[in-house]
Amino acid sequence: MNNKEYLIVVKDLTKVYKTGDVEVYALRGISLNITKGEFVAISGASGSGKSTFMNILGCLDTPTAGSYLIEDKDVSGRNKNELAELRNSKIGFVFQSFNLLPRTTALENVELPMLYNNNVNSKMRNEKALNALTSVGLADRLWSMPNQLSGGQQQRVAIARALVNDPLIIMADEPTGNLDSHTSYEIMEIFQKMNDNGITIVMVTHEKDIAQFAKSNIVFKDGKIISNEIVDIRKNASVELKILTSLSENISTI
Amino acid sequence: MRILNLIRVACRSLNRNKLRTVLTMLGIIIGVGSVIAMLAIGQGSNQNIKASVASLGTNAIMIVPGTTTQGGVRQGAATTQTIRLDDAETIKNRCDMVNYVSPVVQRRAQVISGSQNWSSFILGVKDDYLKIRSLSAAKGSTFTAFDDRTAAKVCLIGVTVVYNLFGSEDANPVGQMIRVNSIPLKIVGVLNKMGQNTFGQDQDDIIIAPFATVQKRLMSSTQYVNSIIASAKSEDQISDAVDEITNILRQNHKLAASDDNDFTVRTQSDLSNIFGSVSKVLTILLASIASISLLVGGIGIMNIMLVSVTERTREIGVRMAIGAKGRDVLIQFMIEAIVISFAGGMIGIAVGIFVSEIIAKFAGWPIVISLFSILLSFIFSTAIGLFFGWYPARKAASLNPIEALRYE
Ligand SMILES: Nc1ncnc2c1ncn2[C@@H]1O[C@H](COP(=O)(O)OP(=O)(O)O)[C@@H](O)[C@H]1O
Ligand SMILES: [Mg+2]
Repeated sequence: MNNKEYLIVVKDLTKVYKTGDVEVYALRGISLNITKGEFVAISGASGSGKSTFMNILGCLDTPTAGSYLIEDKDVSGRNKNELAELRNSKIGFVFQSFNLLPRTTALENVELPMLYNNNVNSKMRNEKALNALTSVGLADRLWSMPNQLSGGQQQRVAIARALVNDPLIIMADEPTGNLDSHTSYEIMEIFQKMNDNGITIVMVTHEKDIAQFAKSNIVFKDGKIISNEIVDIRKNASVELKILTSLSENISTI
Repeated sequence: MRILNLIRVACRSLNRNKLRTVLTMLGIIIGVGSVIAMLAIGQGSNQNIKASVASLGTNAIMIVPGTTTQGGVRQGAATTQTIRLDDAETIKNRCDMVNYVSPVVQRRAQVISGSQNWSSFILGVKDDYLKIRSLSAAKGSTFTAFDDRTAAKVCLIGVTVVYNLFGSEDANPVGQMIRVNSIPLKIVGVLNKMGQNTFGQDQDDIIIAPFATVQKRLMSSTQYVNSIIASAKSEDQISDAVDEITNILRQNHKLAASDDNDFTVRTQSDLSNIFGSVSKVLTILLASIASISLLVGGIGIMNIMLVSVTERTREIGVRMAIGAKGRDVLIQFMIEAIVISFAGGMIGIAVGIFVSEIIAKFAGWPIVISLFSILLSFIFSTAIGLFFGWYPARKAASLNPIEALRYE
């Protein structure tokens, strides 16, 4: 087997939740390889195990059985502290509900992951946070508090926070779930730009049109993968945004 | 590096909740402040007692009527009269280890100068008394042994008497006549100002006259005296001098071997110990009451930290998701608790000193702010932060990141 090109190799992943006497099989043998530079969209019915899978991929949780390799290294048996270090250095999270610290400026929110990174000094920290915020187009909102920002802006701060430690993978669980379609496209534009820069993205979404921005689509059902396809006609978020704006301009002129 | 970051994280969190931080701190501020103030008052009164007793003269020995019980409590002293003038003379003649001896008679007296009228206190003593207590005249001079032999109509007065009879403490009444219970006495000197003693008595509200003058002219030649004050030749000889005096007085009073002493001999250090231990108990009592408020402040910290952990569950989840280890979260919350108690302790020390000074100024109580009490409350308050911060911090650190992120 040649695993060299694979960033993530997952084999027979099982997750069982035990609540009292009840056992819930959230994942029933997931096997999946993700190459570097991939952009995967996962969809499926509610309760099909998408979030559980994302949490394990994101090293927030450990599987009940099965193996999980990142860059050929097995992480399924790691302890909490080692997982925390992995999350800090290799993984960036984007959540549906943004999860920014309240009453904390955008800049400080983006600086946060670097406070837990021993390799970043305070000068670098400020510089990298500035760069990350600039790359998501928020250079002018450094000192804004989350409650002074729109949903799209908050999600962009969260993306900057996920990017700031130069991760290998971005894990995004329904990143556009709380956003309108125009703002969702803006977020996808950023995702596609990141992906073009070589960052691997795994994203959960139940919106068909959002999944079209990814390179491949995976569908979950009852803790299993039922389909894994390359996206034939991949959409470009910048183009879609232009169409959307010209449409709304046309409407307003009529 | 990492710990510096965690300090920064903790300070940012505290800064984000300023009101809550300040209110939590308030408990510690009040606790530390009251410990400092209470210790300042206790130690102040302790030191003041020591100073008052020391002002009797370092080698001073007091002989007062009445027996002593084990605990050093004098019984019925005010009513019994067992000490006579000739006891003082015997001590003077026969005790080798005593250099100065003076009988003391005292009574309240009405003092009149011109139209001014004042009720004061008159002491009749030999000139030895002035030497034992190191009393000297600020203006004029003291009286002499000759004045005592001739029962001369002279006196020394304290500044309070000067103020009440002559209108100002700065007046110079030397050479003027006053009438003490109708007996005219010439003022030969004004005593140096002594201020209040520990028990709040004004030590300057006094008239001192030769022993014979008071005894013969104001107390109808009584042979009984209120007390005798003597002094040992040196500090080493004090306890031997006490034994010597006790033996002589027992002989003088013709006591049988089985009889208790009908007098009490006390040294300056005895008095200092008696009053010192009382004030020590008082200090400990005051400080313990104050430390209860410090304890309550500590529980306040724990309470707020627990609320804060629950309220910030999601924040903790986010921190863990982006790479904070359990230990980082633990340290962050510990630092928050310690910063609150540390800063509260610092402010509390300042408040305590300020309150002590106010008390000293307006109530006139003596205060002593010692480095010890500052260090004590400082260490105590920081320890309280550590102790009461531990449990909430542990709770935060043991959260599961996934559940914390999902927490509403
Ligand atoms: N912490 C948990 N304890 C018990 N059961 C859980 C827990 N998390 C998820 N599950 C169950 O596991 C299954 C998969 O959930 P999830 O991964 O959240 O699905 P999705 O994200 O696709 O909606 C569901 O049946 C859910 O009820
Ligand atoms: Mg989900």
